[in-house]
Amino acid sequence: MPKKQVRDSTQEFERARVRAQKTPYVLKLYVTGTTPQSARAIANIKKLCEIHLKGRYELDVVDLYQQPQLAQGEQIIAAPTLIKKLPLPQRRIIGDMSKSERVLAGLDLQKKA
Amino acid sequence: MPKARGQLPKAPTGIQGLDEITGGGLPKGRPTLVCGSAGCGKTLLAMEFLVRGAIQFNEPGVFMAFEETAQDLTQNVASLGFDLKDLIARKKMVLDFVYIERSEIEETGEYDLEGLFIRLGHAIDSIGAKRVVLDTIESLFSGLPNPLILRAELRRLFRWLKAKGVSAIITGERGEGTLTRQGLEEYVSDCVIVLDHRANEQVSSRRLRVVKYRGSTHGTNEYPFLIDENGISVLPVTSLGLQQIASTGRIPSGIPRLDAMLGGAGYYRGSSILISGTAGTGKSSLAAHFAAAACRRGERALYFAFEESPSQIIRNMHSIGIDLQVWVKKGLLQFQANRPTFAGLEMHLTMMHKAINTFKPQVVIVDPLNSFVIGGNEIEVKAMLMRLVDFLKMNRITGLFTNLTSGGSALEQTDIAISSLIDTWLLLRDIEIGGERNRGLYILKSRGMAHSNQIREFLLTDNGVELRDVYVGPSGVLTGSARLAQEAQEQAAQMMHEQEVERRKLELERKRRVIEAQIAAMRAEFEAQEAETLNIIGQEHAREAHLSQERADMALSRKADAKPNQHKRGSK
Repeated sequence: MPKKQVRDSTQEFERARVRAQKTPYVLKLYVTGTTPQSARAIANIKKLCEIHLKGRYELDVVDLYQQPQLAQGEQIIAAPTLIKKLPLPQRRIIGDMSKSERVLAGLDLQKKA
Repeated sequence: MPKARGQLPKAPTGIQGLDEITGGGLPKGRPTLVCGSAGCGKTLLAMEFLVRGAIQFNEPGVFMAFEETAQDLTQNVASLGFDLKDLIARKKMVLDFVYIERSEIEETGEYDLEGLFIRLGHAIDSIGAKRVVLDTIESLFSGLPNPLILRAELRRLFRWLKAKGVSAIITGERGEGTLTRQGLEEYVSDCVIVLDHRANEQVSSRRLRVVKYRGSTHGTNEYPFLIDENGISVLPVTSLGLQQIASTGRIPSGIPRLDAMLGGAGYYRGSSILISGTAGTGKSSLAAHFAAAACRRGERALYFAFEESPSQIIRNMHSIGIDLQVWVKKGLLQFQANRPTFAGLEMHLTMMHKAINTFKPQVVIVDPLNSFVIGGNEIEVKAMLMRLVDFLKMNRITGLFTNLTSGGSALEQTDIAISSLIDTWLLLRDIEIGGERNRGLYILKSRGMAHSNQIREFLLTDNGVELRDVYVGPSGVLTGSARLAQEAQEQAAQMMHEQEVERRKLELERKRRVIEAQIAAMRAEFEAQEAETLNIIGQEHAREAHLSQERADMALSRKADAKPNQHKRGSK
């Protein structure tokens, strides 16, 4: 908009950044039973969430063996898969979450390396 | 196919022709790899395998698509008459579109494809599926990072499918130098089918080849196949073993004198007949005769025309007194006219198969064969004709083919070298004598019958084809006007001969008369002489008597005593 001033947009950006830091995260982790990968993924993502998203995240761990119909509904092929439902855009993070910086990049919490 | 001992269990595909090639279908409970380049029909083949399995063999199936959405797929195959929605509603099929978007995926460490396994396993269990299709599973390689993990997981997937006991089709895009881009053939090694779609001389054709089939015999050739409104149909060489039963029944050619030349009864039923000749020698006319004769007997004839339209053929044949229109109206004669370039050879062959299967004719005419030869595809044309001839023979259909021999080439040679496939071969040729061209017909060969070895002159009259004896004389074979001239000459000679005889007879008569006249004259002369002689003799007698009288008178007068009668006696 022509009315807006440059100064104002900087402020807008700052406000948005603060807001983003407060946005709630909705995460779903799909694992396959108690495989080592599943266990590692659960432990890793929990740790990362506690560090970076403390107090503003919601993490569901779903065992696909228990609810196999979800695999089709959620378009899951690889396991473990973490789906970031919110904030948009949706993202999928696969693997055992051992590469922290990649997980954070996938969660839009850190610039890609 | 007879079931051999220990035959591998097969899952019939229901796809026309494919089951014949594979000896009953794809390996049951094992994965099959179907690969080929883009647009060659992989997805369709896989889909037909599932749909036919569900409908015809009561084997529900799961279609896992990695490239097309469920909606797209449903629409795409609806044009082939497959109602996927209905099948899905009846729990005969599960359609699962796997959505992978590389940009949305972040790899953060070791992963596996257990999600896919669970998903597939759930789909299989939900309907008790016996068949599974993974349509281009190679998409995973572009959608997921870390090919090493993927390879290991795919290997596990195929093992798992085998353990599940489902008959699976895995499709793969053709790669450079390998069957599939990702070398899937290393993992799926029970059965590999390669599809191919190529264009030769601007005419495209699809081929299918079973590269490998563990534990089973299979046709190894490249078989053409076709995708039309009924799905896929593959064309196997129907008689791999030349098992046709030969008929001893005869079928008239429609020309009585030609029948007489062919051992008196015409062609064999179910045989293949070739009529070859240069342009304008009457090949089509002979074919039309044959068709009309078949229709007259109440049989059905199917006429494949590749150079003339049906109405043109009907008009032209009308001019020689063959009314084909009647039989078309009665439904006994059917024309199928197409340009040879209209489709690939396989398409033609398949269309012919279909037309034959629906019309069920006793007689099939293909006019002419050699129009299929475009560029250097003689081998393919020959293969196609072999298939056609075999197909006809299997169905005991008499096939009549015409072949145009190009001027200058050897007459006893067909462009496509199919003479060995032919049972009866009629050769029509132009005989050039005395500034005109005339048609001659002779039988080059006719298997299994005592046939005439003579050339007949072949006339196209208002009442159809007529065969005439040709004049064979010291100066060679004479036809047309030369024959007529020769005949006139002979007639003249004959007349002259007769006149000569008559003349001689008259001459003889005349001579006889002359001689008789001479005899009469001589006799008259003789008689005249005789009469004169007698007259002289009489005069002499009279003179002697007179003399002796005189003497006696004298003696009397002299008073002689000698007896006058003694002298008279002595002078006698």
